[in-house]
Formats: sequence, C-alpha cells, structure tokens
Amino acid sequence: MSDNYQSFEYDVLVIGAGGAGLRAAIEASAAGCKTGLVCKSLLGKAHTVMAEGGIAAALATVDSRDSWRQHFCDTLIGGNLGNHWKMAEIHAKQAPDRVRELEKWGAVFDRTTDGKGNINVRHFGGHTYKRLAHVGDRTGLELIRTLQDKGVHSGIDVHMECTIYSLLKDGEKVAGAYGYFRETGRPVLFKAKSIILSTGGIGKLYFVNSNSWECTGDGFALGYLAGAELADMEYIQFHPTGMVWPPSVRGLLITEGVRGEGGVLKNNKGERFMFKYIPPKYQGKYAETEEEANAWFQKVVVEGQKEETVKERKPPELMSRDVVARALWTEIKEGRGTEHGGVDLDVASRRSAEDIKKKLPSMYHQFKQLADVDITKVPMEVGPTCHYMMGGIKVDPETQMSNVPGLFAAGECSAGMHGSNRLGGNSLSDLVVFGKLAGEHAAAYAKKASAPKIDESKLAGLNQEMNQPFENQGGEVSYKIMADLQTAMEKGAGMYREEGPLEQCLKDLESLKERLKKVSAEGNRLFNPGWHVALDLRNMLVVGEAVARAAKERKESRGGHTRTDYTGYSKEFAKKRILIRQKGGKMEVVREDLPQIPAELEKELVDAHLLKPEILKQLRGEA
Amino acid sequence: MGQVHMRVYRGNSEGGQLKDYDVQVEEGMVVLDAIHKLQATQASDLACRWNCKAGKCGSCSAEVNGKPRLMCMTRLNEFKEGQTITVAPMKTFPLMKDLATDVSYNYEVNKRIPPFTPKEGAAWSWEQEDVDRVQEFRKCIECFLCQDTCHVLRDHDKMGKFAGPRFFVRIASLEMHPIDALDRTELLKNEHGLGLCNITKCCTEVCPESIHITDNAIIPLKERVVDKYYDPLRILWNKVFGK
Repeated sequence: MSDNYQSFEYDVLVIGAGGAGLRAAIEASAAGCKTGLVCKSLLGKAHTVMAEGGIAAALATVDSRDSWRQHFCDTLIGGNLGNHWKMAEIHAKQAPDRVRELEKWGAVFDRTTDGKGNINVRHFGGHTYKRLAHVGDRTGLELIRTLQDKGVHSGIDVHMECTIYSLLKDGEKVAGAYGYFRETGRPVLFKAKSIILSTGGIGKLYFVNSNSWECTGDGFALGYLAGAELADMEYIQFHPTGMVWPPSVRGLLITEGVRGEGGVLKNNKGERFMFKYIPPKYQGKYAETEEEANAWFQKVVVEGQKEETVKERKPPELMSRDVVARALWTEIKEGRGTEHGGVDLDVASRRSAEDIKKKLPSMYHQFKQLADVDITKVPMEVGPTCHYMMGGIKVDPETQMSNVPGLFAAGECSAGMHGSNRLGGNSLSDLVVFGKLAGEHAAAYAKKASAPKIDESKLAGLNQEMNQPFENQGGEVSYKIMADLQTAMEKGAGMYREEGPLEQCLKDLESLKERLKKVSAEGNRLFNPGWHVALDLRNMLVVGEAVARAAKERKESRGGHTRTDYTGYSKEFAKKRILIRQKGGKMEVVREDLPQIPAELEKELVDAHLLKPEILKQLRGEA
Repeated sequence: MGQVHMRVYRGNSEGGQLKDYDVQVEEGMVVLDAIHKLQATQASDLACRWNCKAGKCGSCSAEVNGKPRLMCMTRLNEFKEGQTITVAPMKTFPLMKDLATDVSYNYEVNKRIPPFTPKEGAAWSWEQEDVDRVQEFRKCIECFLCQDTCHVLRDHDKMGKFAGPRFFVRIASLEMHPIDALDRTELLKNEHGLGLCNITKCCTEVCPESIHITDNAIIPLKERVVDKYYDPLRILWNKVFGK
C-alpha cells in the first residue's frame, strides 16, 4: 500500500467533466483562476455524451411565439411547482445565450429549412413550442466535444481517470479533495480554494437504468459527507422509453425525439392509449382524439406547417416524462403490455424509412445492432428506466454555492432547477447555464479566499480506508453487493413507493452497509474495477438512504415521486422541500419552506395567460 | 445461449498473455456483457473501459478476434457456436492493464490543433447542406479504433510525426466549417504528417460511426496540401513573382 500521494494546488477545482464541469472550468479559467478538472473517465466520455434529443432554449427560431417566460412556465408546470422558481427563471432567461455561445465555440446544430439558416429546434415533452436545438439524436456528443475542444485551449489542467474519495475542509470551509488515479491506484491530493461538484447522477442505484457506470452519486455523497445539505432527493425521473429487449440492453435510452418526430405509443391491442392519461394540468393543451393528433402530425411534422397556423393540438405522447412513464407502467401492469413487458413505440408506420434514418440515426443503429430490430419496419418495445435525479446538493440559485463555504455544485448533482420532474432538453441547458454560473462564482470566491490549509496527517487514514477491501480476506466481491443494492432500490424506492417497502428498503440498505465493511478486492491497486466499485458503493449507499428517507417523508405524489399510499398533490407538502443532512454521524430529515414565485411575477404570468390559476391551485393541493 | 469460450488478454506494461475463460451468457449479449460477467464472477480485477454501452462514447475499444471493434456493439451471436472469442487490447497504444491502453497520445495531438476560429463579422447563418459534411465528421466518438488500425501508427510507430485518421477528421471538420477563418494546410503537411497516409482506407473500414474518413476527410485535405505546395503552376507563379 502506498501512502505516497501526488499533490496539486488550484484556485478552483472542478470534480466531474461532463457538460456542467467543463463549462464551469472554462468559466473559472477565463476569470483568471488556476483551474483543475477531475474526470472519472477519459475526457469527453462523461454521461453527457449520451444525451440525445436536444438542448432547450427559447431561441424562437421556428415559432416566434416562444419566450423565456413560456419556457419558465413550462419548466414550473413540468416540475409540478416543485422547482426553485429563481433557478427556473435564470435558466429560461440565460439558456438562449448559452446555446449561441456553443455555436461560437464550434458546435454545429441542425439548421432551419425556411431559408434563414437559423438553428433548428424540435418538439419535446412538456414544452409548449418547438424549443430544442439539436444535432440529429446526438446532441450531447456535440455539446461535450465542443466544450472539450474549447476547454483544452483554455489552460485547464485535466486529470483523467481520477476518482475523488473525500472532500477536505479547513474548519467550516472546503479546502481540497483526496482520491486516487484509476490507472495506478496512486493517491492524489488536490488543494483548492473553491470546489465545484459536477459529478452527474445516480442511475446505477437501480437495476433498470439508462446511465453509465460513472453515475454512482459521488457528488451527492461527497457533499453530504462534507456537511452539505441535500434537497429533493425523492424526485427521480423514470424515463418512459427505455429498451426492454434483449435483457442485456434493458434500460438503454430511446430518445424522446422519437415521439417528437411523430412516434406513437401503443399497447398490445394496438390502442394509442395516451389519450386516456391526460392529467388536469395538461387538459386543453393536448389533442383529445386520434384524428386530431394525426391531423397535427400531418400538418406540423410531415408538411412542416407553422404550428401557430394549425388549429389542432399536439399529441399526448408529447406530455412530460412523469406523466408518460406512469401511463406506460399502468398499461403494462394491467396486462396490456408487449411480449417482453413493454409497450410499442411506433415510428415505422408514421415516417418513411429515409426520414427515420436521417432524423434518428443513432436509434436506428442502436436497434439494428443491439436488438436485430429494424425500426423503419416494426415498432420498438419500450418501458420505464431510471434516468435522472432532480434532487441533489442544495445551492444558492444565483451563485450555485452550497451551505459549505467554497463548495459549489452544478448540473445533475445540484437541486432545485427541475422541481419534481425535469423536461427533456432542460438538462443540457441546465449544464451550461449553471455550469457557467458555478464557474464564475467559484472563481470570485477563490479570488477572495486565503490559501487552502490541509491537515495532511489525516490523509494516511483515508488511504487506509480506501485500501481496506484488499485487507479484507475472504469477503464477497463488490459486484454482488451492487446488484443487491439495485434490487433493494428497485423494490423499495422505485417508480412507485409506499411506507412499508420504503422501510424495508432502509433496512436492506443497513444490512448492505454491514456487508460493504467486509467487501474484498482481489489483486492490487492497478486499474482494478472490482476495487473501484467497492469504493463507489459507499457513495451509492449514502444516496440510496437519502432517497428512501426523503421519499418516506413526502407523503404525497408529485412528478418523479409517486406514493401508492398518498396519491395526489397535498397542500401540506406543496410548498415544502425535503432536506437531508448529516447530524452526529446520522442522516437527518428536515422539512423546509420552498421559496415561492413572487406574487407580482405570478400575476404577470397569469395575466399573460402563461399560467392558469386553476392549475396552480391544483398543483398546490388547494383544488 | 449457454456457454461461450473466451480468451482475454491479462497483463500490464511488463507483459502478459491470453487467458482462457468459460462464460455463461444470455440472449442478446454483446462482448462487453461477457466481459462484465467475467468481472462479476471470475476476475473482478479485469481492467476494461466502458461508459455508455450503447456505441455513443467510444470507450470500450478492443480487438475482438483480431478486429478493432467496440465491445458494446459486438453481438455474441455474430460468432459461430463453439467459436472462441478472443479479446485483446488495442495494439497501437501502450498497455496499461488487461484491455485498458494508454491513449494519451490522442489527447496530446488534439491540443496541437488550432481550434475553431470564426471569421470576424461573419453571419451566423447557413443552410443544412453547408454543414452536412462537417456534421458527418463531428459524429466521431473518439473510440480511436481508426488510430489503432492505421498502419502508420500501428506498424511504423510514427507517433509524434503523424496525427492519425481521427485528427484528420477533426481538422477536416474545422477546415470545412462555413465560417472558420484559419488555414491548417501547412500544419497538416508538416507537423501532422498527412503525406504519410497512403489511403489504404483501413480507418474507414473500422469506423463504428461509418464516417467516410478517407474519401471525405483525408483525400480532400491531401488535395488542399497538393494545391498549396505541389501545384506546378503555383510553383511557377511563386517563382516569377518571388513569393
């Protein structure tokens, strides 16, 4: 075992190199700060790369009626008013500038066909107008590659394949991070005046998920263990359309863009069932019959007519993800599912083979290669898959700083922007809007902060902790514990929750913690995935417990948190957010007031018919 | 599907060998699933990179039965029943451990490519057909299989003198951008060794994104170099006018 650690010192250290981390690092470096960027994988491979459908911003290049106000309202209604309104406002206002900035840095978005050569935008669930700038169905790749190429010329130090195990503090404030290089297993110390967590999501806590191996909730756990408060951890998005067959690809994402391009959902009787599931908040906004939805499709998608000239409303397949996922689940549970336990997503009968290959190339490729299915000829089988964590580190909406001085968070590991349910396309815009803000404010903080002081005598103890799996002889391998954790979360804190199973889930997590203490790793510290998983598991268990406790506390159903024993919106919880924090080495659950949209702004939006008072009432549990 | 016999390279920079394993597999599995199964049941310290498992991130590159492939996009049912599946690391890059190689050369080359530089005062508007070609290049997922298979790097060890197909694609995406202002021709000719490529198209064959690397990127770039440096009329013109 080597205690011989490498050491680096930065003004700003960014942990996580997806869209948010890269954007934050670029900003911090531009502000003149010495900036380090830690990637768990190779640069450019972070989970952002998998984002498909687009980046939401009210550019109004296709539908001139769009505005930041409309985007703001769509985000709040999509989030069932669980959002921190200020973050949603900042996001809606700044997203268009961030998209244009990407273009200036070399991103090449698809263009409009109206002769003006603008950035084209497409429809996505819960967005009133066409709003997603995109590059086919590989928008995330475009975003990360653009930021990566900008980043490598911005004087940022990049540390690839490096995992952070612990944040370090100097009194109350953050002062550094300690971890290891995956290749060599060698420990590393980063001293920093400010730190930005941008580590992405938690998908790996669930058996059926759309996430990469990296999404083990590191930032949530690192922040929590360093004293940061977590918020909204009960809000998890199950994306309605994951692959269900073959088993090896179960959960793999099918972009919402398939529905944006005309794809429809059908049960095993061939019925387009979504018409049955239009919730009150979306009534009047979506087509109520198949004829109407087909007419809209024909005019808007096939003929490319301007939507403002079309009287029909858009199909209910384009409602927000929480609504569509619950509809799918109900159809499957009530026996109207397909052979492998999904429903059909049919684009083959709606678009020409040529259009499908052009508009959805990676979906075509993915099904052809992984499932032997030609989506230009037959429907795709789809079912819900764990996709996105709305909750995370509680941050100041304007600076992205947590309650720990000098510790910032951006992207999926921060909370507030999306409320109880994220709209498709709002994550890529979230990354660049709040990544930039985090970088800016972490830099400003670092400029005023004194040099970080670290008690390096504690590092040997941390290294000992990291090394423990090699010293535990004859224990079980980490993979087994991870599989059991996924099963426990799926059963107890999955898409549908209930008091009893949540309590059982907490018990299961306790026994998994005991098993983790005895976990064994074979071999040595050289690039050893079994050992890496053993260390990631600590984070996964912290996050799992936070999810289950928050879910137990919120006794209502809202967006990505559905309780079978407390259905519907509750007045008691509508204006509360659930906080999770550490107290005396234990997890404490606290209810806190969720800041509410100011009365004048609400009135302005209601007067402009962007928000409806009856919908607000209903979401606030007052109807 | 039952059982599959695999030979997987185990070793590090000091040496190693192919090791035999029998793996239980299910319908629809890809090579990466079988590797994961091995990790979970027989070799928890088996090193391999992966992220998306959907052919979008380009992490799990390896040589499967001698061919550079993404493990996540290689179905087990492509192989005959009873056929041994051999998985080895990319040969061109120095080995770290097992299936993970040191691909840092690629990141160094990328740093030496001048980034997108828009023309001053250019209009930020263009038609789709103006960027179709650039978008083809930007599909690259940086799996580095083209670098792995390219004999200039693989057999002739020209790292440092030859950027490799991935970066010709990258440069082509910049050079063909409607409003990029730079000219990277000299760089291509000298520092990045474009002339060393003798268009055998091996890179195009292995590209999982089906980018026409040779035809659409490398050959047009070679033409630019030829136009600038080897056009007899231009040479004459330069001689006469003393440029």
